[in-house]
Amino acid sequence: MAYSDKVLDHYNHPRNIGTLDKNNPRVGTGIVGAPECGDVMKLQIQVDENDRIVDAKFKTFGCGSAIASSSLATEWVKGKTLDEALQIKNTAIVQELALPPVKIHCSVLAEDAIRAAIADLKKKKAAQQPG
Amino acid sequence: MQPLIYLDYNATTPVDPRVLEAMLPYFKEKFGNAASRNHRFGWEAEEAVEKARAQVAAVLGASAKEIVWTSGATESNNIAVKGAARMYREKGRHIITQVTEHKAVLDPCKYLEQEGFRVTYLPVNRNGRIDLEQLRAAMTDDTILVSIMYANNEIGTLQPIAEIGKLCKERGVLFHTDATQAFGKVPIDVEAMGIDLLSLSAHKIYGPKGVGALYVRRKNPRVRCEPVLHGGGHERGMRSGTLNTPGIVGLGAAAEIAAAEMDSEGRRIAGLRDRLWNGLTEKLDEIYRNGDPEHCVPGTLNVSFAYVEGESLMMGFENIAVSSGSACTSASLEPSYVLRALGVGEELAHSSIRFSLGRFTTSEEIEQTIKQVTAAVQRLRDMSPLYEMAKEGIDLKTVDWSRH
Repeated sequence: MAYSDKVLDHYNHPRNIGTLDKNNPRVGTGIVGAPECGDVMKLQIQVDENDRIVDAKFKTFGCGSAIASSSLATEWVKGKTLDEALQIKNTAIVQELALPPVKIHCSVLAEDAIRAAIADLKKKKAAQQPG
Repeated sequence: MQPLIYLDYNATTPVDPRVLEAMLPYFKEKFGNAASRNHRFGWEAEEAVEKARAQVAAVLGASAKEIVWTSGATESNNIAVKGAARMYREKGRHIITQVTEHKAVLDPCKYLEQEGFRVTYLPVNRNGRIDLEQLRAAMTDDTILVSIMYANNEIGTLQPIAEIGKLCKERGVLFHTDATQAFGKVPIDVEAMGIDLLSLSAHKIYGPKGVGALYVRRKNPRVRCEPVLHGGGHERGMRSGTLNTPGIVGLGAAAEIAAAEMDSEGRRIAGLRDRLWNGLTEKLDEIYRNGDPEHCVPGTLNVSFAYVEGESLMMGFENIAVSSGSACTSASLEPSYVLRALGVGEELAHSSIRFSLGRFTTSEEIEQTIKQVTAAVQRLRDMSPLYEMAKEGIDLKTVDWSRH
């Protein structure tokens, strides 16, 4: 199976690899997948005071399409509000990367990772609210 | 662009130029049908086919009459397993095989279960070998066939064939071995090893694709198999169809060359394989060799690189052709059942790469492979959340993962 040029580009030049401080109250961390399933994505977002995503980082254990999907997800969430980021659909990732049917689950995982990171951030905020 | 390096010889091999040369006349000038008994064209083809029969038989310590030509090892395995089971069904309905067999044995066994046969799938140990005591215990008066492969295609592990043959003789049970990955690489003697049926293929030993053979014992005991293909009764009634003369000539030549060079090539390739393993372990931590380092064909090295996924690793050295046990590379989306049978965890099965070396592998290629694989593993570990967690001291087995 040949990979699309976009998958290869993200694989060879992944955007935003790295780790944000998970203890920072403005950082949300999403870890999805499982090692025995062959893919684990960690996606982190950092927001400003207006809940706009100013930074995003990822690390992924998985196939080339999983790496590309999470790399693309970090690119897309940057600059978006949390509500806007929640609108990112896996089908858009499939389309952008020209993923074959057998790799659609990689895009689903990337969407899940975004949601998990946002949920983590919201949980942190709720815990900080006084009373 | 890096030069291409082929390390997937267990999948298939290029045709050796000497083999190709032997085959060429049989496409055009000597195109006759070996079954044409009444003219020179037929005689010429028949002579070539019989010469090849003797060449293959010589490598097995068999007689030429015991070789049946087929389209490859999958067909040989089908004739052996289904053909023998159906021929001897009145004697018994029980078959013994093992879990890491090739699908060309496992699927016929499953098929036979639908026909009312009972099949025992023996487990293997951590190195991929069966336990002879378990085999002995599994045999009953109803057992008619034992099918255990000689060398495994994914991990290279050799089974104790002579001991299995002896057990089968003691119980009067037929013994079939799929020797696709062993033939021409390690010594085989059907008499000394008590083998009754043996499958082999040309394209794994620098012969052409689409041709193979089945050894069928003729004496002590005389073994019969019901045919899978009907239509003319060629090959002692076990395999109908016009013989693939050029392919058969190629298989004969390939077998003769492989046998003549077995010792020197075996040593050379095992040396390269060991260098590859040592080179990788010198530079990378947490890598694991799958299989049996002692009982192994010379050219196979199966390695799990913890914390990186096999398919993405293969993308990291696209000029090097290897295979992976990762689910992402299989049609079924399941990681290698062979590695799972050894007790290799699923996460390490996803992280496995099979390097298989062969006749045209050079020392420079191995050095280049060590360099590129090491770099790719390091790069992917730098982007692996699992590697990061492990380095933080988190036990990955205690994490509550979101399975999907």
